[in-house]
Amino acid sequence: MPTRRSFVVADAQEEGASAPMAEPMKQFLVHPIVPLHVGGLDLSITNSTVSMAVAAVILTGFFTLAFARPAVVPSRVQSVGELLYGLIDDLAHSIIGHSSASFFPLVFSLFGFIATMNLLGMFLVFTPTAQLAVTATLALLTILIVVVVGFWKNGFGFFKLFVPSGVPIALLPLMIPIEVISFLVRPLTLALRLFGNMLGGHVVLNIFGSFVVGLGLLGLAGGVATLGFFGSALALSSIVALIALEFIVAFLQAFVFAALTCVYLNDVVNLHSH
Amino acid sequence: MDVHAAKYIGAGLAMLGMIGAGIGLGTLFGNYLQGALRNPSAAAGERPMLFLGMALTEALGIFALVIAFIILFV
Repeated sequence: MPTRRSFVVADAQEEGASAPMAEPMKQFLVHPIVPLHVGGLDLSITNSTVSMAVAAVILTGFFTLAFARPAVVPSRVQSVGELLYGLIDDLAHSIIGHSSASFFPLVFSLFGFIATMNLLGMFLVFTPTAQLAVTATLALLTILIVVVVGFWKNGFGFFKLFVPSGVPIALLPLMIPIEVISFLVRPLTLALRLFGNMLGGHVVLNIFGSFVVGLGLLGLAGGVATLGFFGSALALSSIVALIALEFIVAFLQAFVFAALTCVYLNDVVNLHSH
Repeated sequence: MDVHAAKYIGAGLAMLGMIGAGIGLGTLFGNYLQGALRNPSAAAGERPMLFLGMALTEALGIFALVIAFIILFV
């Protein structure tokens, strides 16, 4: 997607647009900052790498700070840390049950990292989770862990996951392929959900921003066109509301990723007690 | 037909997929509110499930949005 940038520019020039066209996809371009080629692989330090590193440092730093001097009566930073810990702990325990403790570090790391990356995208120019590569990697990692845990805990009984209980034998040849396909779709939906939310949010913000500028420039023409200022103010207040929504979505998508990881883990861990 | 015109029409048609997501979200929140009015003390316990359901339903609408963007910008 990002390599088609020149196509979008040509688009605007071809149409003879008098106002500058919004190019919402330009903000997602990944460009190398420190070129680094090892063997045949391109391992450059890109703006994506830098934002993810910043997110990791902020996440680790925040929790180190929060629990540096733990007290029974928590300080403000510690209580925020405890709030997040409690949120994910309750979620994992309510979904997975007794064995949630062994999966808590995974779920919490996913939640924290994704939330930090999403929130960082609201403050920095670049959102790592608006890259399909990043979200697909996280989704694949999660599903691989689910499959490995499934085989480790159940051996070949893992395949009983695809045979729902209480189904008449005649329907099984229809049900099993459906179950297998819906299992294989899980990493796809995990990746696309996070990617689509982040991409859509930032594209909409960009487009509304271009409305503010475009309508304002139109309003400068005078006469009836001064209504353009009214439209510009409307677009500005819409952006404020949308940014508030984007902050909520940033946390919510991280929470949903973590919750779905718990649900998939529960499916394989508690295979025999559905 | 001009390619650019077809892009815009295609993107508009792709966004029709969000109708289903809108209906689903309305159903979801409506049922939650109905249950919350009947049993206010149990409402807080179900709120995480509400947000989970909301995100899952919204995801399908977002897939339609992603297809519209691909049609429009790629």
